[in-house]
Order: sequence, then C-alpha cells, then structure tokens
Amino acid sequence: MVKLTINGVAHDYDGDPDTPLLWFVRDELGLNGTKYGCGAGLCGACTVHIDGVAVRGCLTAVSEAAGKSVTTIEGLSPDGNHRVQVAWRELNVPQCGFCQSGQIMQAASLLTENPSPTDRQILDGMQGNICRCGCYQRIVSAVRHAATGA
Amino acid sequence: MLHFIEKTLSPRPLPSAKALRAGTTVIENVSRRGFLAGAAGFAVALQVFPARAYVSYDHGGLTMPHGVITDPHVFVAISPDGTVTIVAHRSEMGTGSRTSIPMVVADEMEADWDRVKIVQAVGDEPKYGNQDTDGSRSLRHHIQPARDIGAAVRKMLEQAAAKKWNASPDDVEAIGHQVVHKSLGLRVGYGELAEAAMALPTPARETLKYKDEKAFRYIGKGAVQIVDLHDITTGKAVYGADVTLPGMLFAVIARPPVVGGAVKTVDAEATLKVPGVVRVEQVPGAPMGSKFKPLGGVAVVARNTWAALKGRDALKIAWDNGPNAGFDTPAYEKALRASAGAPGTPVRDQGDAEKALAGAARVFTREYYQMHMAHAPMEPPAAVATVADGKCEVWGPLQSPYGARVDIADFLGMKEADVTVHVTLLGGGFGRKSKCDFAIEAAWLSKTVGAPVRVQWTREDDIRHSFYHTTSVERIDVGLDKDNRPVAWRHRSAAPSFLSTFAPDEGVQHPIEIGMGLEDMPYEIPNVRAEQCKAMAHTRVGWFRSVSNIPRAFAVQSITAELADELGRDQKDFLLEMIGSPRELDWQAMGLGQAMWNNGEPAAEFPFDTGRLRGVVELAAAKAGWGRSLPKGEGMGIAVHRSFVSYIATVVRAKLDPDGTVRVPEAHVAIDCGFVANPERVRSQMQGACVFAMTAAMHGGVSFEKGAVVESNFHDYRMVRADNFPEVVHTHIVPHPFAVHATGVGEPAVPPFLPALTNAIANAGGKRIRDLPIGDQTKA
Repeated sequence: MVKLTINGVAHDYDGDPDTPLLWFVRDELGLNGTKYGCGAGLCGACTVHIDGVAVRGCLTAVSEAAGKSVTTIEGLSPDGNHRVQVAWRELNVPQCGFCQSGQIMQAASLLTENPSPTDRQILDGMQGNICRCGCYQRIVSAVRHAATGA
Repeated sequence: MLHFIEKTLSPRPLPSAKALRAGTTVIENVSRRGFLAGAAGFAVALQVFPARAYVSYDHGGLTMPHGVITDPHVFVAISPDGTVTIVAHRSEMGTGSRTSIPMVVADEMEADWDRVKIVQAVGDEPKYGNQDTDGSRSLRHHIQPARDIGAAVRKMLEQAAAKKWNASPDDVEAIGHQVVHKSLGLRVGYGELAEAAMALPTPARETLKYKDEKAFRYIGKGAVQIVDLHDITTGKAVYGADVTLPGMLFAVIARPPVVGGAVKTVDAEATLKVPGVVRVEQVPGAPMGSKFKPLGGVAVVARNTWAALKGRDALKIAWDNGPNAGFDTPAYEKALRASAGAPGTPVRDQGDAEKALAGAARVFTREYYQMHMAHAPMEPPAAVATVADGKCEVWGPLQSPYGARVDIADFLGMKEADVTVHVTLLGGGFGRKSKCDFAIEAAWLSKTVGAPVRVQWTREDDIRHSFYHTTSVERIDVGLDKDNRPVAWRHRSAAPSFLSTFAPDEGVQHPIEIGMGLEDMPYEIPNVRAEQCKAMAHTRVGWFRSVSNIPRAFAVQSITAELADELGRDQKDFLLEMIGSPRELDWQAMGLGQAMWNNGEPAAEFPFDTGRLRGVVELAAAKAGWGRSLPKGEGMGIAVHRSFVSYIATVVRAKLDPDGTVRVPEAHVAIDCGFVANPERVRSQMQGACVFAMTAAMHGGVSFEKGAVVESNFHDYRMVRADNFPEVVHTHIVPHPFAVHATGVGEPAVPPFLPALTNAIANAGGKRIRDLPIGDQTKA
C-alpha cells in the first residue's frame, strides 16, 4: 500500500508499486492532463511535480512518491491562472497543445527554483520538453514573460 | 492526399516522350481524364447556385469527395439565450482551423465571438462535406463556404426580424449579435430571433450579400485566440487517449517488426500471469498494399496501461518476417542512386533537354538524398472504441474521421450507418493520423473482447510502425552554354510511392507526388526534362507534412545555390534569374502531358505565378538583409518553393560552433498565401514549420535493417529541442484582399527551410550537405 497526495488529496494505492506516476494519475485517477509521449524520460510530456519539483511521470514509480505531494497540471492552480498558464495564454503558445501540460509544469518548476532565469537558463531548463509543433520561440518568451512580466 | 490516391489508384500512363517531341502536347490519359470528368460532374451537382457572386470562385474543395456543404442548418444553431453554436467539421491538429473556420462564419453572420460555442462534428461527409484534414486545405477550401454559411444565417435573422416588425427587408440590418431597424431604431437579439430565423429555408446563394471586408471584426485581425487555449493550458483538453468509457480495458499490441510479417508462434503464458492482464488476442494482419488495415500482431488487453505494457514485454513471439525481410537502408540507397543515374520515364519534356545537354558547353550535375522519416507527433496514435448491440462507436485523433468510419465498417463487416466516429483533438498529425490503423485496431479489439477498449501506441510503436515519408534520390543535370547560361535541365527522381500502400506496388510515383516540385519546376530554361525512376517500396509509405515537396525543394534549391557558387554569382540574384520573368506557368509550353496537378486547384483561379514567387524571394532577402557581412562562422542561405498553392521564401542565418554544431539564430519567412484569415496562426505555423523542418534536416532519418526499423524513441530518432532551434523566426505575410484566394499554410513553409539551412551552412564555411539528415556531417 502506497500512501501519497495528489493535488492535495490523499490516496492509498494497493496496485503494483512500480506503476509509473503517469499511468497512476491517468488510468486510476482520471487526471488526463498528464500525457504519455515516450515512456522513457525523453520528451517531458508527462512532467508532474513532486514536492514542487518537476519529475518525469513515466519514470517515477508510485512507490517513489510515497509520503510525498504530487501536483499535476490539474492541480497547478485552483483557477488555472498560475502565472505560467497566464503567460502561455497571453503569448498564444500552443499549437496542437499536447505537450503543453508538461511544458507548463516544467516552466513552473523552473521559475520556482530560479525566479529570474537568463535566456540561456530558460533554454537549458526547457530542453527536456519536446514540442513537435515547434512552439519553442513562444515557450521561451512565455517563460520570460511569466518571470519578468516582460 | 487520400482522395486523390483513391480516385487514381492505377498510376497514370506517362506521356510518351516521342509523342511530346513530335509536338503532340495533349496526351489523352484514361485514369486522369476519368477523374476530371467525374469530378466535374460532381462539382456541377454541388454547385446548386450559379456561383458567381463577388466572393465566389472555383476551388478544389468543390471536387473533393462529398464536396462542400454550405447549408447553415447543418453548421449553425442559435439558442434562445443567444448562444451561437458552430460546428467545426475539420480536425484540429495545431493549425487553428477549428477556430478559424467558425470565426469566419461568426464574422460574416455578425455574431459576437464571445457568445459562440464550437462543437466538433462526427465523421459524416454526406452531411458536412469533405472532412479529410490534410493537404493544407482547411482555409483554402472553406473560407468561402464559411462566408456563405455566415451570410445565409445573417439573412435569415434579418428576414425573421423584418417579419416580426412587419418591415421591409431593406430596413433591417444584422449587426453585433442583433438585428436593428434602421429607421425606427428597434433592436432584437439573435436569441430572440433564433427559432423563427432557423425555421426559414436556406436563402439561395445568389441572393446573399457579403460583408465588405473593411467591416470584418475578426477575419484578418489575428486577435481571436484558439478556442481550446484555456483547456490546453489547464490540462482539460481531450486527445485520443483521454476518452474514458465505463468498463474500458487498455490494450497495447506487439506488431510484426517487418511490414508483411506475421506471427509464427506466440507464448503468452508469462503475460497472462501479469496482474491486471485480462486477455491476449492475435490481431489479423494484412500484406503491404492493404491501405490502413492493421499490421496485425498480438494484443495484450488489461485493466490498465501499465499492466498491458508489462504483459507485452512478457510475450514470447516468433515472427515470420515475410517478403520485406531483406530491406536494408544502405543497400537501398545504392539502388536508388543507380535508378536515378539512368534514364527513367518522362513526366515532363519541354524542348529537347537530351539534345541540349549533349550540346552543352558543360554539364553541372548534383545528386541529393533523403531518408525515410516518421511523423512522430507528440501524441502517439491512440483510440477508444466500443462495439456493442450491433453499433460501433470510436473516439480518436483522426485527420479523416469519415475515412476512418468507412474503413472501420469495412474491417468489422458492419454497415457505415452503424459506425460513429468522434474526433478528439489531435496531438499533432503531420499526415500520420490520416491513417486510421490504430482506430481499426481499437474497434476490432472491442468487438473481439466485448468491452470498450483503448489502444495505446507507445513511442516505439509509433516510430517503428509508421507510414513513412518517402526516401529519395533526386539527381539534376544542368546544361550550360558557352556563356554559362543554363540551357537544359534534367531532373531524375527515384522514390518509392505511397501508391504502394494502396495497391500492388509498381515502383512508380503518383501524379500528386510528381506534382510536388518535379513537373512544376518553375525555372525559365528552354529545355526541361523530368523523369521518374523506378523505386519499389519495402515498408508502408505515407504522406508526411509537405510530402514530396521536401526532397524536391531540397534538390532544386540546393543545386541553384551550388551552381551560383560555381559561376561566381550571388545566390539570390541567380535564383531570381533562374525563375526568370513574371509569368503564369503554362503546362502545354512546359511539355506536360496534361495540366499540372496544382494541388488539386483549378489553374484559372490558382495559377502558378512566377511574379509572386519572385516577390517572396525579394521580400525575404530584403528583410533578412541579404548580402550584409556576417561574423566568421555565420552564413545566410535562401530558398523558395511553391507548394500547397502558396509561395514561400526562407532566409536562414546559420552559425557553426567551433565543434561544428549547427545553430539557427534567425530565419525570415516570406509567405504569399493569398488572403489571410488569421495572421496570428500563420505566424505560429511559420515558426513551427521552421522547427519541424530543422528536425527533418538535422535528424530526420529512419533506417531499416533486415526490414525492421532501427530507431525506436527520441534518443535515436532525435528532435530539435529548446536548447537549439530556429530562435527567432520573422514572418512576413504578403498582404492581399479577399479576392486573392486563400491558399495553404500548414505545410508549405517546411520545404524551403531545409535547403535554406544547408545553403546557409555552406555559406558559413561548413560542408555542402547533399545527403539528409545532416547529423554529424558538419562536425570534423
């Protein structure tokens, strides 16, 4: 039995403790904002937070989150208005949108760790999240915008 | 693409070179002629009204299967509270068409966008008209029908208000979600008029009045945001794998590693012991040439995705690898080069290129190669299906939902009427999701196990079981006279065709593949010959964003720059000189056997205008500051290509790090795509296309060993990432009024980027790239 908190709600999971967080939140909890993109920690579509820090949900077993607080895109902000989400909308970042939950979760974690990143730090901080539509120019601008308001 | 393929499944007979040289320019062609005749008949049936109002023009949408429907009762509903519901009948995969087409309807009907709700159509082309979302067609084919729909609703609302007030229709006007009485100052909201208005018959098209484009509120402004923006940024947007049904089971499938292979034996003992695994089922396979039928293999059905994945890992399968087990990329590349190095079958024969080459003072020859590529949308294929009580319901990220409905009904042996296909958002498509194999798998599995099933493809499945972009060798010989003027051009193309996915392979290309930069090469050279050279397919070949335009633009635009260098000319000036005078291309003068494919658009309305081609070259060059001096290790490259009826020139500024790493600090994209409905989404497409094209250029290569794909995930099938991408893409849109028809946007910016990049690399002092992907070729 694994005890963990997801978006502020306590859960007990008695299934396979090796189940990746990605499949736990999607298949067991119906939190479908976290996406499957590669299953190998290569694309970032499944990014969630454990105690506020971005991790790849596809490589993190439920057991590794025992006793910890997991946040998914659904729990990032009660009204969907985290400054990163707002910046994403103000700059019209998404195209297809599939990778954007992971991008936003990565960016939110980046700004928590480093409230005023340089452009280089943004590029390096976001390089683990692939966007096949190619929204990078706006992703970088939106992270900067969320950080500085510029 | 699909409809063109199905209409002309047997490749067209090619023009006989002898007949062409004898001056017989019009070659009768049974399959193509049949297509045109059928299409014309269809267009007549569709065009109920003599369509010559001021916004009305012929376009390829009218000849698509099920054509265009403009009945407002099909697309628009108004509720008593004034909410306007507009049906989006095209699939959304990131271009913004789910927003932009309804936005055009709303603007033309004078609806307040804040009071508009969008609903997605199911796959039903007899009702909605063509829904096949590819070929950069959504706005090109639907901007005018959307205006027809909006204008009809506006007129119906005005008629209802006039009746209510007992007023003359001339005294009322719909404006801003209400109808006003112009002299009495009365006002009534759309909600109040809804029932009476929508009960009226659809007004005849010739009676419609269209808004002056100066009065557009949303069209052309770029201020309307995509309708799914909030849901996307909060994780609520629904893609293929996000549909959940009560009692749903989760499936993954082990597919034959080689196309045409099959299961020899399977041992599922360990799989069935994995907690959560419910069943193991053998999925029927199909040989090459079976369209979108599943590859077959062994499905593991479980209570959750993780159990299904673990169960699949535990399967012991012996495969019969079938007839394609000898397919090896290095050997195949050699075969393609040999094929392109010998005479092929002419598809264009203008003047006498052979004679001109033989008599040329010198011949400049270059050969360009590109590998197979996988689309790799961020959302791997996934679909949910339930088959029960003689009905089948499917949800999936499908580019062609009606095509999927027909194929699913066929595979399950059901009636089309008993199959419903819902379209989710597509997490990227790029042509992969035109092929509905994954939805057929879900439907078949649901029928077989008797429960709703979600089929999830892993990334490995996606990269190893795609419908791949063709691989090609494009070989061009340019004959120069004693004054170094190009007098002959011979282009030989060897590339396996996507026809092989639909019918027994004959090793020849389809007219639309030929139409993408081979037959319509626009240079003003007196003697031009284009040939296709035999190339057999050994995997499933499909269309991939921009399709054959990618290798063609790469070859034509690379050799142009190489030849300019050879002659000591400025590459941009030489490019303009090759394009020559501003003119409309004339297929007869070009030595074609029939009119250019022209992306299915009538040449009378969508001519190939070299003046516009020149225009974007000059615009991109001017904006980029072409010719200015750059620091050592930097270079600019330019390229232009017309595809999807749009003209795009791209200037790339590339920078080579000391270790040879390629960077793109800046690109300028000049696009002439006619009238623009949503410039903001055009800019996003230009930015995205540069990233997509940089991935294709740098990393795009799927290789085969003994018939199976070597690459498997993003570690070896690499993508451009945020730490090295075209950092600033400047988009320069050539402004046009509505009368200059909207053309394609989603695809055409990809092809010119690749040669612009490789030209830039060469100009930065790097290696001249002739074989894609670039990979490590720039590194010492």
